[in-house]
Amino acid sequence: MTELLMKDFVDRAALERLQLERMQNTLDRVYNNVPFYKKAFDDAGVKPTDLKRLQDLAKFPFTMKSDLRNHYPFGLVASDQKDIVRIHASSGTTGKPTVVCYTQEDLGIWSETMCRTLEAGGLTNRDIVQIGYGYGLFTGGLGAHYGAERLGCAVIPMGGGATEKQLLLINDFGTTAVCCTPSFFIHMIEVAEKIGLDLRQTKLRLGFFGAEPWTEAMRNFIVEKTGIKAFDIFGLSEIIGPGVAADCEAHNGLHVFEDHYYPEIIDPDTGEVKAPGEEGELVFTTITKQAMPLVRYRTRDISSLTYEKCACGRTLVRMAKVKRRSDDMMIIRGVNLYPSQVESVILNVEGTEPHYQLVVTREKAMDELEIRVEVTPQVFTDEVKGLENLRNLLGAKIKQLIGISAKITLVEPGTIERSVGKAKRVIDLRNS
Amino acid sequence: MTIRQLSIFLENRVGRLATIAKILGDAGQNIRGLSVADTQDFGILRLIVDNVDAAAAVLRQHDVVCHINEVIAVEVASTPGGLAKVLSVFVNTKINIEYMYAIAEPKTSNPVMIFRFSDPEAASQALSQAGMNVYSEKDLLQG
Ligand SMILES: [Zn+2]
Repeated sequence: MTELLMKDFVDRAALERLQLERMQNTLDRVYNNVPFYKKAFDDAGVKPTDLKRLQDLAKFPFTMKSDLRNHYPFGLVASDQKDIVRIHASSGTTGKPTVVCYTQEDLGIWSETMCRTLEAGGLTNRDIVQIGYGYGLFTGGLGAHYGAERLGCAVIPMGGGATEKQLLLINDFGTTAVCCTPSFFIHMIEVAEKIGLDLRQTKLRLGFFGAEPWTEAMRNFIVEKTGIKAFDIFGLSEIIGPGVAADCEAHNGLHVFEDHYYPEIIDPDTGEVKAPGEEGELVFTTITKQAMPLVRYRTRDISSLTYEKCACGRTLVRMAKVKRRSDDMMIIRGVNLYPSQVESVILNVEGTEPHYQLVVTREKAMDELEIRVEVTPQVFTDEVKGLENLRNLLGAKIKQLIGISAKITLVEPGTIERSVGKAKRVIDLRNS
Repeated sequence: MTIRQLSIFLENRVGRLATIAKILGDAGQNIRGLSVADTQDFGILRLIVDNVDAAAAVLRQHDVVCHINEVIAVEVASTPGGLAKVLSVFVNTKINIEYMYAIAEPKTSNPVMIFRFSDPEAASQALSQAGMNVYSEKDLLQG
């Protein structure tokens, strides 16, 4: 156990005193250094000194992703330009990227919380860690890299893609842990099977997967196929990158590193703060970050918070694993549908690996949902009936779950596009 | 006596059959016979090839989902009632024919039919006892 790890077991009263002091400093800094925040606070009629207790944060305005875009690229920077040592950017789906800046101190905070993330999964300085996230502007690669290096692991900066090379290194270097997206790791499992590499026979023992929402069913699939322990990493570049919250051995929610990133859950429609245990949109305030502190940043991720003691002994608040984003939700014939719901169904129908895609179209003012599912060698026999049964079973379970009929199309493996980053799960053709 | 057939999952998309044929052709695999079971959305392509293991291996390299299974190859007399004579063997038995198709067989002037039975072993024995010419994989493909 490193000294850093002790921070996860802090006394809550002491933690809250620290949070309040840090939050007051942050509000004061942004008010005086970032014109956007000065105007936003003034418009809302609040001053940094109005924060007397942590709960007072609810009086302050939110920061939206659009605010980052509107002040592209450096409009929200609170530090002197000479103190900025790193610039990352996330690829926006529309238009310009979202830019984030770091001071040397910020990089230290990032390494620290990413290091604590890896330690929560049992990683030690004896481990060999292969980073399968993309490096570059994306925060995944460097974030995981610095965390593992801080812990003293041997780090292999492999980067994303090159699946067969990844597997070769896992086998030859005796890699004990990987960090990558869950969909990419599942792709690695498939390729390993194809080239006859049994991942159970390698030294691989831990996996840290993040950058996209994934399900318990996917964790079970990974564990079953490889025998490794699989941990969820939560983070977003606007806040710091990976390492905002960490899965522990209890797999019962992710501990938020709230001594740096203060979480709230709000009602996405009204903005009201929700009580512990209630589901809503996750909001973060960075309370130590220097270059680009964000106040009440709306993540669009749906989660909930619990302050109950965790089986692992950590006192840090836990956020429920993010299964969906508030903007991922599709409304089909008036019914709310999340891709993660469909994913669980497919995974629970035996033998089908999670390669699927939802295609939504509109025929004569009626929404139509098609679910394309790849056929695997495990479920394929010579029987037409076998495939029809599989298709009917999937259709029935989907109908049971969401109440609408979907057209299930069985497709050949490799038909659905894989990406090293986030898998494209939804194609909505209704407005095209 | 059974022979092995290769079954392949196909989406109903233009050119898929041609793609499979090209993969096998490039790998030097001769297709002796084929049949396609079609549904509205997908199909199952069934093939008799020279070397079923090698063909399956090359297809899997191309991410094609395939499955090897057992069928029976029987010579059917090319005279009126030839097929009926074969089928009569199974009247009043519990053995069902799931599907059948013909393949080209240069060694005999009679057509060779591929049958998929519910119970391949029992079917093979019944055919032999009835004096039918049932091919082994070796005789059919390498002989
Ligand atoms: Zn815990």
